[in-house]
Amino acid sequence: MLDWLQQLGRSGLSFFERLGRAHILFYYMLLGIPSVLVRPRLLLQQIFSVGVLSLLIILVSGFFVGMVLGLQGYNLLKDYGTESALGTMVALTLVRELGPVVTALLFAGRAGSALTAEIGLMKATEQLSGMEMMAVDPIKRVLTPRFVAGFLSMPLLAAIFSAVGVMGGYFVGVGLLGVDEGAYWANMQANVDLQEDIYNGVIKSLVFGVVVTWIAIFEGNDAVPTSEGVSRATTRTVVHGSLAVLGLDFILTALMFGED
Amino acid sequence: MMQSRSVEIWVGLFVAAGLAALFMLAMQVSNLSMLGDDAGYDVTARFENIGSLKIRSPVTMAGVRVGRVSNIGFDPQTFEGVVTLHISSNYDQLPADTSANIFTAGLLGEQYVGLEPGGEEEMLEQGSEIMLTQSALVLEQLIGQFLFSKASEGDDK
Repeated sequence: MLDWLQQLGRSGLSFFERLGRAHILFYYMLLGIPSVLVRPRLLLQQIFSVGVLSLLIILVSGFFVGMVLGLQGYNLLKDYGTESALGTMVALTLVRELGPVVTALLFAGRAGSALTAEIGLMKATEQLSGMEMMAVDPIKRVLTPRFVAGFLSMPLLAAIFSAVGVMGGYFVGVGLLGVDEGAYWANMQANVDLQEDIYNGVIKSLVFGVVVTWIAIFEGNDAVPTSEGVSRATTRTVVHGSLAVLGLDFILTALMFGED
Repeated sequence: MMQSRSVEIWVGLFVAAGLAALFMLAMQVSNLSMLGDDAGYDVTARFENIGSLKIRSPVTMAGVRVGRVSNIGFDPQTFEGVVTLHISSNYDQLPADTSANIFTAGLLGEQYVGLEPGGEEEMLEQGSEIMLTQSALVLEQLIGQFLFSKASEGDDK
């Protein structure tokens, strides 16, 4: 009984220790942002590996998600004779929810896991301690550029996802199923609000970007420096990152769209 | 050197594509293109019942969108809804006895304000009030009236 209590206490303590370390790291990364802006070349390299290399999966999945939305929406709306609302449905679904959330999930899988593995390996091969020995702050030199690149890339990726998805819905709805082109765009423009929908979508994706990159970098930096530890940390990045995105999405949606 | 150059080009392309996507969402998908008509004038109209009219609902004349609902208030003296209509300055030639009706787009659609021109020489201007108004059709009331008239028909027999 007492052993069990001790076990519980220990896991609780280690949970809060990890949480504390994560916040301290977050604080230092925020402090490091000015030094990243001084050296944009580091940032550029990271935006390339985090953002540009995720572009293909975002484009393809965005287009397919848009096409599926067009197809499903058409079949549903046809029963009520309101196919003209297809554009509204596709655009609102993408801009409000699927754009930020699916992008963040893909981002956690594609870029987050790579970040964790990279940083974890750097730690396992003692590159990070080596830097410290040379009086180079690894947080400023290695972690912060990746963090900034992550949360700058996320909104751009989400916007690309939504835009491509709208085109995918257009392709299926207007091109294949014969919804009127004017109705598709006009209904969309009449019902999608710049402030309410698009800005809120961008804010969502920014928040997801910060959280996913933060989790990825922390897990990498906190990994047990063995190959097994790195692989566990990578798994945790994807699992925790995805769960955090889904949970936060509910909270943000309740805050943004809850009152009316 | 070559490699860092291609990295820079790719990042540039990525950022440009992201901004272009945001721009397309703003211009093509959302209602930004309709917001530009901020120049215009406000007129008020009083309705007994505004139905489910909302701020930003369209204001149309002959089916053409001429403005939007900019404010909805309530007058505690007369128990009427006071609707402020923002009409674009392109349409400043509306007669002063124009009437306002609340219509519904389609059977279940959104409600909007439809204006019908009158014949007076004077024009509507900033702050003037539309006197002739007709309230929203509330479906429940309509059904209620219909049932009531059916029932009273039944009494006559």
